[in-house]
Amino acid sequence: MIPYILSRILQSVLVMLCVAMISFSMFTFVGDPVTNLVGIQSTDEQREKVRDSLGLNDPVPVQFTRFIGRVLQLEFGISYQQKRKVSSIIAERLPATLELSLLSAFIALAIGIPAGIFSALHRDSWFSHLFLSLSLVGVSLPTFLIGILLIFVFAVQLHLLPSFGRGEVVQLGFWSTGLLTVSGLKALIMPAITLALFQMTLIMRLVRSEMLEVLRADFIKFARARGLATRTVHFGYALMNTLIPVITITGLQLGSIIAFAIITETVFQWPGVGLMFIQAINEVDIPVMSTYLLLIASFFVIINLVVDLLYYAVDPRLRVGRESRT
Amino acid sequence: MKKITRLTGALALAAAVTAAVSVEAKTFKFAFQGDVASMDPYALAENFSVSFHSNIHEPLVRYDENLQIEPALAVSWEIVNPTTWRFKLREGVKFHDGNAFEADDVAFSVKRAQGEGADMSSYVAGIADVKVVDAHTVDIVTTAVNPILLNTIAPLIIMDKQWAEANGAVEPVDLGKNVENYATLHANGTGAFKLVSREPGVKTVLTQNKDWWDLPNQTFNVTDVILTPIASDATRTAALLSGELDLMFPAPVQDVERINSSGVATALQGPELRTIFLGMDQERDELLYSSVKGKNPLKDKKVRQALYQAIDIEAIKTKVMRGASTPAGLLLAPKLGGFNEALNGRLAYDPAASKTLLAEAGYPDGFDIQLDCPNNRYVNDEQICQVVAGLFARVGVNVNLLAQPKSKFFAKLKEHDISMYLLGWIPDDQDAGSVIAHLMVPPEDGGLPWNGGGYGNPRVTELSRMITSEIDAAKRQTMIDEAFGIVKDEVGYIPLHQQALSWGVRNGVTVAQRADNALQYWYINIK
Repeated sequence: MIPYILSRILQSVLVMLCVAMISFSMFTFVGDPVTNLVGIQSTDEQREKVRDSLGLNDPVPVQFTRFIGRVLQLEFGISYQQKRKVSSIIAERLPATLELSLLSAFIALAIGIPAGIFSALHRDSWFSHLFLSLSLVGVSLPTFLIGILLIFVFAVQLHLLPSFGRGEVVQLGFWSTGLLTVSGLKALIMPAITLALFQMTLIMRLVRSEMLEVLRADFIKFARARGLATRTVHFGYALMNTLIPVITITGLQLGSIIAFAIITETVFQWPGVGLMFIQAINEVDIPVMSTYLLLIASFFVIINLVVDLLYYAVDPRLRVGRESRT
Repeated sequence: MKKITRLTGALALAAAVTAAVSVEAKTFKFAFQGDVASMDPYALAENFSVSFHSNIHEPLVRYDENLQIEPALAVSWEIVNPTTWRFKLREGVKFHDGNAFEADDVAFSVKRAQGEGADMSSYVAGIADVKVVDAHTVDIVTTAVNPILLNTIAPLIIMDKQWAEANGAVEPVDLGKNVENYATLHANGTGAFKLVSREPGVKTVLTQNKDWWDLPNQTFNVTDVILTPIASDATRTAALLSGELDLMFPAPVQDVERINSSGVATALQGPELRTIFLGMDQERDELLYSSVKGKNPLKDKKVRQALYQAIDIEAIKTKVMRGASTPAGLLLAPKLGGFNEALNGRLAYDPAASKTLLAEAGYPDGFDIQLDCPNNRYVNDEQICQVVAGLFARVGVNVNLLAQPKSKFFAKLKEHDISMYLLGWIPDDQDAGSVIAHLMVPPEDGGLPWNGGGYGNPRVTELSRMITSEIDAAKRQTMIDEAFGIVKDEVGYIPLHQQALSWGVRNGVTVAQRADNALQYWYINIK
């Protein structure tokens, strides 16, 4: 068990280092940050001075080593554009993204799973066809278009929901939450639906196909033959066996919800880390960009690590396979 | 009788109190595509930041709605000798925290703006010293004669020395040193509005300064201001149309019609001070990015003129800019100092003449050339370049278009690693002199990197030096006209247009749209 965990952690660290290196070497192609740091009429000497003071004249490997050294001390530098500590900017922005992502994941599960079960059990019903065709729309329409459509209908035409921002937020220690005010909740609805739609359709289709698969399995037939109630067969046996892959996928998708929130956040001007990243790209704010990429990479790595460990705990085959090899 | 007087007095008082109470709070909510870089006014000399800060802090002299200089913190000024200007400061002015405004603050501000980490050098580089004569008089000593000192210092707003010292904000943030600064999130000025709260990238709230010295002379009714940056064009438009915003800018050109026909808002458009133009490499003997080898076709005036006459500026105006542009013949917008309408005519669009000129120059079949273009800097910049490429192709010049984000484009331009490019220019001091100095003096004569094609003419260089130090306005204008005349005659640049300012304003809100795109909250009234 312990060597397995250690090897997984070591792999995760390697992945993080690779992400850091790739993102860092990418920055040399983004453009010159100094262009956005000084006014258009400043002289070359001033620009050179700024570049020197930021260490941008050093070779990329030197800059990278210095960056890693600082990250190890949890020192992420000062944003070029906002002139504030990157760590405090991210701490301010992260609650917005996490609230949005978690709510979206919840919506996706709360609607996706029941809809999937229903359409598997009642394959030919009118509702199942409706769910399936709607899910096709969810999969094929790009996120920003869905967002713009929602804004057009609910903000511009009906004046029901705000088109941008987070509404009033309440500060609970370091965490700013929009869940405690009416305007905050109203502001959350459209972005959360927009972000949830793709995952929802994914989960629905996954549950449906898994369930159909399981319903054809031998043990279900035997359960039916034994005369168990349909309800018990469907929800006690079939659903439980369906949910194992669903949980895995959902765990992995949570990482991508956080990462793909960039588009939703841009459309709704949602003040989370994704929007911050887009602004940073426009201004070539290298400290913010690199810290964001590291953060997202670490989310993925941690979620993957947890899922791997869960596998190990849950799936006896994995353990047996390992032991027979050693 | 006495009793009655007292009664009426009481009534009048009561009426006055009711009147005062009934002045309801008017909150002005607006969105810009980006955010103010920092609450530190010297952090970045960028148009939107400078205009935002002018609502909280004030300069010695400021621009009015029509871009004319008017007194602000200085009440009067005189030229003591050619390099010394004496300013009488306004008395009784207080900063938002109650500190008195005095001559020390002016000296401190200039020094801070000249220091490390500040991006104000184009305004204060020419100031040698600020001498405090008494508490309400300062002498500004310039390094050389500066006929447009007032324009130069108009964007330089005055900070509070005591406040900066008390809060450790004597110097702006130096990025190399990895420390934050109080002034990044706080502000203390003398201006019309006070900073209430600041969440970078999310929301910035201001409230009216009831003790503003100029308040009795102004007629605005806005009491609070909320700025939200909204980056997405579609969302910004939707937020205006849904009534959540009173104003937003820039209003995307493709949405102007929709805004105007909505019945809830109107697009307010006017010519901007920035001129968009094409520059050409005239310094190399062989172009870096062209099919012509061994010589530089752009060194030939005939070729430059041929390219100029190949441009159908009306097509760009109607098709790309949807009418929101003013075709230009000069690299200087109307309303700027030194503008002369007589010189603003364009060479006619004439593809036939263009072909003849190319043939005369020895390129009957045209040639290939690369056009560099920013794609996120000016209104429809990339589309303009695409249309230009199409128009050039009609006369046989094949364009390889390279449109890139501004950070990549500007780096390339400043290295002069470019053969032909699209650029926009707006002089910081609203004056023709700096346009000539920045764009029309070649590097070998001490010119600046912004002259990306290295255009030069000995007489223009000479004139540029003379213009910088000529105090006599009429003589100066003659020199400016001569310099622009030469550049025009030689087709040193191909001017295109001034893009239009485009603000989306909710109906019932009146604002003053200044040609430099500055939004001043003390001109805003909400019904």
